[in-house]
Amino acid sequence: MSGTAFQKIYTHITHITKATCTLKATGVGNEELALVHGRLAQVVKIMGDQVTLQVFAGTEGIPSNAEVVFFNRPPALKVSEDLAGRFFNAYGDPIDGGPAVEGEEREIGGPSVNPVRRRQPSELIATGIAGIDLNNSLVTGQKIPFFADPDQPFNQVMAMVALRAKADKIILGGMGLTNDDYLYYKNVFENAGALDRIISFVNTTEDPPVERLLVPDMALTAAEYFAVDKNEKVLVLLTDMTLYADALSIVSNRMDQIPSKDSMPGSLYSDLAKIYEKAVQFPSGGSITIIAVTTLSGGDITHAIPDNTGYITEGQLFLRRDTDIGKVIVDPFRSLSRLKQLVIGKKTREDHPQVMNAAVRLYADAANAKTKLENGFDLTDYDQRTLKFAKEYSDKLLAIDVNIDTERMLDTAWELFARHFSQAEVGIKKEFVDKYWPKN
Amino acid sequence: MKTTAKTTGKVSGIVANLVIVEVDGPVAQNEICYIRHDDVRLMAEVIKVVGNKAYTQVFESTRGLRPGNAVEFEGHMLQATLGPGILSSIYDGLMHDLHEMTGVFLKRGEYTRALDPDKLWDFTPLAKPGDTVEAADWLGEVMENSIPHRIMVPFVFEGKYTVKSVVPAGQYKVNDTIAVLTGKDGKEYPVTMVQYWPVKKAIKAYRDKPRPFKLLQTGVRTIDTLNPITEGGTGFIPGPFGSGKTVLQHALSKQAEADIVIVAACGERANEVVELFVEFPELEDPRTGRKLMERTTIIANTSNMPVAAREASVYTAMTIAEYYRSMGHKILLLADSTSRWAQALREMSNRMEELPGPDAFPMDLPAIISNFYSRAGFVYLKNGHTGSITFIGTVSPAGGNLKEPVTESTKKVARAFYALSQQRADSKRYPAIDPIDSYSKYLEYPEVQETLKKTVADNWVDNVMQMKNILIRGKEAAEQINILGDDGVPLDYHLTYWKSEVIDSIILQQDAFDNIDSNTPMDRQRYMVDKVLEIYNTDFEFDSFEEVNPYFKRMINTLKQMNYSGFMSEEFKRFEEELQNIIAERKVQS
Repeated sequence: MSGTAFQKIYTHITHITKATCTLKATGVGNEELALVHGRLAQVVKIMGDQVTLQVFAGTEGIPSNAEVVFFNRPPALKVSEDLAGRFFNAYGDPIDGGPAVEGEEREIGGPSVNPVRRRQPSELIATGIAGIDLNNSLVTGQKIPFFADPDQPFNQVMAMVALRAKADKIILGGMGLTNDDYLYYKNVFENAGALDRIISFVNTTEDPPVERLLVPDMALTAAEYFAVDKNEKVLVLLTDMTLYADALSIVSNRMDQIPSKDSMPGSLYSDLAKIYEKAVQFPSGGSITIIAVTTLSGGDITHAIPDNTGYITEGQLFLRRDTDIGKVIVDPFRSLSRLKQLVIGKKTREDHPQVMNAAVRLYADAANAKTKLENGFDLTDYDQRTLKFAKEYSDKLLAIDVNIDTERMLDTAWELFARHFSQAEVGIKKEFVDKYWPKN
Repeated sequence: MKTTAKTTGKVSGIVANLVIVEVDGPVAQNEICYIRHDDVRLMAEVIKVVGNKAYTQVFESTRGLRPGNAVEFEGHMLQATLGPGILSSIYDGLMHDLHEMTGVFLKRGEYTRALDPDKLWDFTPLAKPGDTVEAADWLGEVMENSIPHRIMVPFVFEGKYTVKSVVPAGQYKVNDTIAVLTGKDGKEYPVTMVQYWPVKKAIKAYRDKPRPFKLLQTGVRTIDTLNPITEGGTGFIPGPFGSGKTVLQHALSKQAEADIVIVAACGERANEVVELFVEFPELEDPRTGRKLMERTTIIANTSNMPVAAREASVYTAMTIAEYYRSMGHKILLLADSTSRWAQALREMSNRMEELPGPDAFPMDLPAIISNFYSRAGFVYLKNGHTGSITFIGTVSPAGGNLKEPVTESTKKVARAFYALSQQRADSKRYPAIDPIDSYSKYLEYPEVQETLKKTVADNWVDNVMQMKNILIRGKEAAEQINILGDDGVPLDYHLTYWKSEVIDSIILQQDAFDNIDSNTPMDRQRYMVDKVLEIYNTDFEFDSFEEVNPYFKRMINTLKQMNYSGFMSEEFKRFEEELQNIIAERKVQS
C-alpha cells in the first residue's frame, strides 16, 4: 500500500501512546488510512486540527518527527476471482509468495444489508456430525460460534465442518492464530484438494495484535464479493474472536475510554454485531455463513466476550470430552442452533424435532441418575436404563467422529429408544411412534 | 421552536459517531441537523451544547467525514410522521420506510418517506362545521387494513378550535387538506391526514389513566394463567441468551388479543426480524381471520444498523403506539431488547466522557427507563372511548445476572416480571419462565381479580394461588429427594413432587412450534387447570416410590396428547377417557 504523488507530508507528532499517535493536520477524513513512519495507521479521532491515528503495528520506535502521509481513503481490498486459493495478511497483502491480486478496490467494513432485502435462511448445511445435524442443525446465512476452552480441538472440528459443508468458497479469518494452527489449516485444506476454494486472511501470534482488527472486515469483504457478485455460498471461519475483542480493548484503553464489564469497551456488542451480522442469505441465492471460535477462560460464559457474542449469534456450540466413551462430543445441553427450527422436520424428516427433544430429555434424565449415583443413592430400573441409553447415544450420535446422514441419525435414535424405553417413557406424538418405532 | 432562518454550522471534531459542530446561531437540545458530506446528507441529533459547540450523535457511519463539513439545523426534534399507512409498514429506527430504499445494502443518507403520498384513502367525516374541538379529537376516519384510522386534530394544537369545514366523504391522499379549523385568534388552520410529533415526548391527549383492570389474553398459559398481563399493563422478560426470549416475544406478537401490534426490533438479530417479515403476511389472526401483517408495524433497527438510531427506535415505536391509542385501539408494544437501547445510551455517554454510573451506564438510566415505561397504560379518551398500550420489553442481562443496572431499573417500573430461567431452558422446559421467581402485580389488584372472576371463573384466582403453592411445595420436595435419596423420604414427597410435575408439564410447558398447543384460549386454560387440580386433589395409592414415577409419566404423556389435540375434538375426548382410566387405576376408593 502506498500513497499517490503530491501528498502533503507531516513531520510533527505531538502525542505518542503504545497504539496511537496524534498530530496537527487538516483536511483529513474520519477512518482514513495513513502511513506513519512506514507503518499503516487509521484515523480514529479528530478534534479541530488534532488528528489521532491508531497505528496497527504498534508505535515502538516511532520518533516525534516521523513522516506521516494520509491516503485520503479508508482501508480497502482488491477483489476478483484471483483471490481464491491465496493467503493474505491482515492488510490484504499476499503472504504466500504469489503476486498481488488485481481487481476492483472495495472499502472494507461496508454498509449493512437492508433487513427487508434479506431472505429467510432455509438451506440445511449438513456436516455429518450428529451432534450438529441432529441436535443443532446449521443453516446457510447463520452465524454460530464454538465456545471452547483453549485446549479443545475446535480448530480440527471447524476444519472438518468446513470441508464437509459443500460451500463454494471457504474464507478463513485467523486472528492470533498460532503458526502451528495456521499450518494445520493449510495442510488440511491442501490434502483435501480444496485449496482452490479457500481464501485466508491470517494474523498470527507473531504479528502485532492491533492488526487483527482488520481481519474480519477483510474476510467479510471478500465474502460479500463472492456471495453478492458471484451468487456463491460462502462459509467464513473466524478464529479466535476472543483475541479480536482483546485487541479492541487495547485500543479503547489507549484512547482513555471508560471500560465497561470485564475491561471491555462499552461498544463491544455493536462492534461484534457489525461483524456477525454480515452473515446473510441474499435474495439472489448467494449466502454468507459464519462459524467462529470464541475461546473461554475456564469455561466461563458470563465473561463479556462470550456473553455479548451469545446475544448476537444464532446459537453456540460446545465441545466436551465424554469420559464414559473417551471421545469428544458436541454437548447437547449447552449447544443450541437457533435457526434449526427453519429446517428440521421441513428439510429433514418430519419426526426430527420430536426425536431430537426426546433424546435430549432422556439424556438429561441420565445426567440426573449419574448425580444420584455419585451421591451414593440406589438407582431405579429407569435410572439404570437411562445410563445405558446415554452411553450409546453419546457413542453412536454425539461423538464428533460420527459421519452419517440425517435420516440414519433419526433411525439410530429410534433404535436406541426402543432398546431402552417404553413408548410412554419416550413421550413422542403418537403418529410418529406408530410410523417409526422399530417393529421387532 | 419555529425559527425563520436556519442555524448552520461546521464540523469541528469527530469521535466515532459523535460529531462536534461549531454553530453560528441558536440550537436546541435534541434538535435534528443534517451534516453534508460529498453528495449525501447525514442526519444527526444534538445531545449536548457547550458554548457555540453542539455535540451531535450521527445516525449513520461517520467514515470520511472531515472538519469543515457544512451542517444545517432543522429547528425541530426527531419526530414521527403519523397518518394512515403506518400499519403493515417496516421502518428503521428513524421511521424511514425500509421497502422504499433501493438496493440490497443500506445506503448512507438515503432517507425514505414514512407514508405513501399517492395512495387514496376512503375518508368519512366524523366532525361537522361548528364543532368545538381540541388536540386528538376525531375529525374523520379512513379504513386502514379494515382497522378504523381516525384523523385527529394534530396533537401539537393547543387550546380549543372551531371546525370551519370538513371535506365530504370521498377519496383523498394523505397530504390533502381534509378540514379547516378556526383558532381563538381567528386564524384558519388547514388539517391534513398527516401530523408530526417529537418522539421523546409523551402524547397526553386523554382524559385519565386508571389502573389497568382487564386481562390481555396471550394464549401463553404460563402468562395468562399464572402471571397475567393486563390491557395497558407493563411487563418485562429478562433472560440469558438461549433461554427463549425471542421465541416468547414472537408468540406474544402473533397471539395476543390486541387490535394493533408494534414490534420494535431494537439492536437484535436481523434474521429474527426476517422471520416476522416472512411469517406475518402468511399467518392469520385467529380472531379476525385477517393476515397478522395487517395489524402489525415493525420498527427494525437491528444490531448492525447505526447505534444512535437504535436509541430512537423505541421512542418511534412508542409514539406510533400512542397515536393509535388516541384512536381508541388496543395496542401491544413489544421491544426486543431494551438492553440494547441502554447500551446505545452507554456508548454515547462514554464518547462524551461523562462520569459513568454502575457498569459504565449513564447515571440517569433508571429515570430514562421509568419514564419510558410510564408512557404505556389504559386510558379513557376525552370522547369517552378507551384505548390502551400494553408494553412488554425484553432485557438481556449481561452474563444472565439479574443484578445489573438495566434489569434492576426495569424491575422498579414494570408490574409483571417474567424471569426466564437458564435451568428450565437447559432441560428444554419451554417457555422457560420460572413459575416461582416470576410475578404479576396485577394479580393483586382487586379490580383485576374482579374481572377475572367475571370473565374466567368464580374461583379462578384461588385456583391460581393454589397452583403456585403446589409448584413451590413440589420444588421443595424435589430438593429433599435429591438430598436424602429416593428411598430416604416418605412416599408422600414423591407424590407432592409428581403432582407439581403434572402442573409444570401440562400448564407451564407449551410447544411454541405446534399449531394447536402454541395458542391456548382462556376457556381451554380453565378446563386444563380444573383437570390438573382434580388430579392434585385425588388420593392415590402406591406400594413403593418406584411405582410413582412410571405412573405419573404415563399420566403426563396422556395429558400432553390432550394438549396437542383440538379442544373437545374426538381425539381430545379419547385421550381424556384414557386419562380417567389411568386415574381410576390408583385412586383410593372412599
